[in-house]
Amino acid sequence: MALLQISEPGESTAPHEHRLAVGIDLGTTNSLVATVRSGMAVVLSDALGRPLLPSVVSYRGAGVVVGHEAQAQQSVDPKNTIVSVKRFMGRGLRDIAHFESMPYDFVAAEAGAEGMVRLRTSAGVKSPVEISAEILKVLRARAEAALGGPLSGAVITVPAYFDDAQRQATKDAGRLAGLNVLRLLNEPTAAAIAYGLDNGAEGIYAVYDLGGGTFDISILRLSKGIFEVLATGGDSALGGDDFDQRVFCWIIEAAGLAPLSAQDARVLLTRAREAKEFLTSHGEAPITVRLASGEYVDVKLSSTVFAEITKTLVQKTLSATKRALRDAGLGTDEVKGVVMVGGATRMPQIQHAVGELFGQEPLNNLDPDKVVALGAATQANLLAGNRAAGDDWLLLDVIPLSLGLETMGGLTEKLIPRNSTLPIARAQEFTTFKDGQTAMMIHVVQGERELVADCRSLARFELRGIPPMVAGAARIRVSFQVDADGLLSVAAREQTTGVEARVEVKPSYGLSDDEIAGMLKDSFTHASQDAFRRALREAQVEAQRLLEATRSALNEDAALLSAAERALIDDGIIGLEAVLVGDERHAIDEAMAKLNLATADFAARRMNQSVQRALSGRNIAEMES
Amino acid sequence: MITITEKAAKHVATFLAKRGKGLGLRFGVRTSGCSGMAYKLEFVDVANPEDHVFESHGVKVLVDPKSLPYIDGTELDFVREGLNEGFKFNNPNIKDQCGCGESFNVQ
Repeated sequence: MALLQISEPGESTAPHEHRLAVGIDLGTTNSLVATVRSGMAVVLSDALGRPLLPSVVSYRGAGVVVGHEAQAQQSVDPKNTIVSVKRFMGRGLRDIAHFESMPYDFVAAEAGAEGMVRLRTSAGVKSPVEISAEILKVLRARAEAALGGPLSGAVITVPAYFDDAQRQATKDAGRLAGLNVLRLLNEPTAAAIAYGLDNGAEGIYAVYDLGGGTFDISILRLSKGIFEVLATGGDSALGGDDFDQRVFCWIIEAAGLAPLSAQDARVLLTRAREAKEFLTSHGEAPITVRLASGEYVDVKLSSTVFAEITKTLVQKTLSATKRALRDAGLGTDEVKGVVMVGGATRMPQIQHAVGELFGQEPLNNLDPDKVVALGAATQANLLAGNRAAGDDWLLLDVIPLSLGLETMGGLTEKLIPRNSTLPIARAQEFTTFKDGQTAMMIHVVQGERELVADCRSLARFELRGIPPMVAGAARIRVSFQVDADGLLSVAAREQTTGVEARVEVKPSYGLSDDEIAGMLKDSFTHASQDAFRRALREAQVEAQRLLEATRSALNEDAALLSAAERALIDDGIIGLEAVLVGDERHAIDEAMAKLNLATADFAARRMNQSVQRALSGRNIAEMES
Repeated sequence: MITITEKAAKHVATFLAKRGKGLGLRFGVRTSGCSGMAYKLEFVDVANPEDHVFESHGVKVLVDPKSLPYIDGTELDFVREGLNEGFKFNNPNIKDQCGCGESFNVQ
């Protein structure tokens, strides 16, 4: 028999029409699934009452296990046991730091270094998308068992700094797991929703997320129901595990232990973690353990000593936080609230340090391990249509980096500026550069910089079948469309013939965290240099266009010129060609002016001639018709 | 007369506290579903003058007069079945119900 949940007044659904929706926090270390029951977001636990599913997938022969069971395989079969697969999502091999020290058998994608990395396992070559899908399948099965029916949809969270490639990979993993992905949601945004900050609390919020192995800081601005990511930062190699490691080292030192066997090290590391967790609610943690080596450890770790040995780690997170604030151009006093996410933020010294930095108590009354999943569930519930009266708002996200395309000279033309709210569509007309040009390469790029070389390449495609026309006559309308998940499709259409080409952006590979974080910063620090380079490139492109036009005119109508005039024009061409490759913008401008002057009469004569040609042999009647 | 078990009352109280408003629960039936009638269970923000109000373990259950004949004598319970949890109704008036239990017929 089905079990009923309480609905909002007037919102009872008809039997069999409950729209079951879940929020999924697909984490680097752990994953969770949550739903809204009787108006309350709750995390769904497994049959043993464990809410967290370790994000570990282990292939055994052709089979696969996920979670705690897979975790147990980590030391037995590291090659077939994939941990932290999130770090590989949407990434090429060369984007992955220290891949050579990982126990996996990486397979670079076929097209050289492009394309997402794959891993060779006992069950065959697997992509990060397939591996993530295994985690999602387990969460889906858990949710369907807990809710008593098939899911109508899911919201999956991603880090705010995830680029298009990584978002697309996450969405693909959801689909592969049989989920209807209602949308992807930024993790800090989900955390803010869980705290109800979306309900009328306008202002700047910081989300401090210290997980098992990663640290992320996000600065959000909420206004009119729109969360805008102002800045992100962090450290992809700093998390709660590092605190365990510090305690582990301290125990070895305090107990004067000799180098440990792998088994003893594992036992001690577990004790170190337990001690860390114990100190969250106690002033002192006793650590007693008898090692396989026969040595007996009996030490006491005080919270003061713990704070001391982990001070540099805490400091690192604070520096990244300050940096993110600086990127956003904000002071700590402008932050209205701080949301704590991730199990490691339970540590009192972190609560204290963050509170001190911002001059206010951080929000921490929700379980920091669950807060992202809870926010995602709230959003999923709304998107699935289970809305209460008055809750008819829809949360909007923004695109993190501008989207545009390459124009002549390697310049970026931004069609959709960063921080535009989603979904969004923009179109712009472009034209051909050369006479008789019948094809056009559309190169889609993402980034803030002026030159394509400094941005991230997302996709390239070609529009063919443009009718031959003089340069500048063709009208090609390029439209960019970004859906609610931040995923892009691009179409190009030649307006007179209607020929069209389009691409769904399935980007080839991603950037490293540092690169992404650095991209925004670069766009500020290089602003003046970029402006200079853009002006130079524009002058170069214009000069090339002039040379092209002059040459084509000479080919057709050189007969209209005297030898002296021809020599003057040739001089102008040589003069312009000489300065074209340099970086003297003014020299290019001057040479162009000179060539323009030299060809002014020539152009007028050609114009007259073509008018005469057009008119000759026609009578007045024809002219008037 | 509608009763609610202590366990169910505790859950209702938690949900109401979390929700931040509400007088109690509205329990009723609607004519729909595969066997003729379907339960409805909602939070109550506004009580109607004709509502019957039953209170047990500190939780108010409101029932509209039209629904009462079909559910009179029902005990509301909160149960956990495997991973699923939610409200279950022990309704003495039921003749048969569809397999899903969301819809029923009275004697």
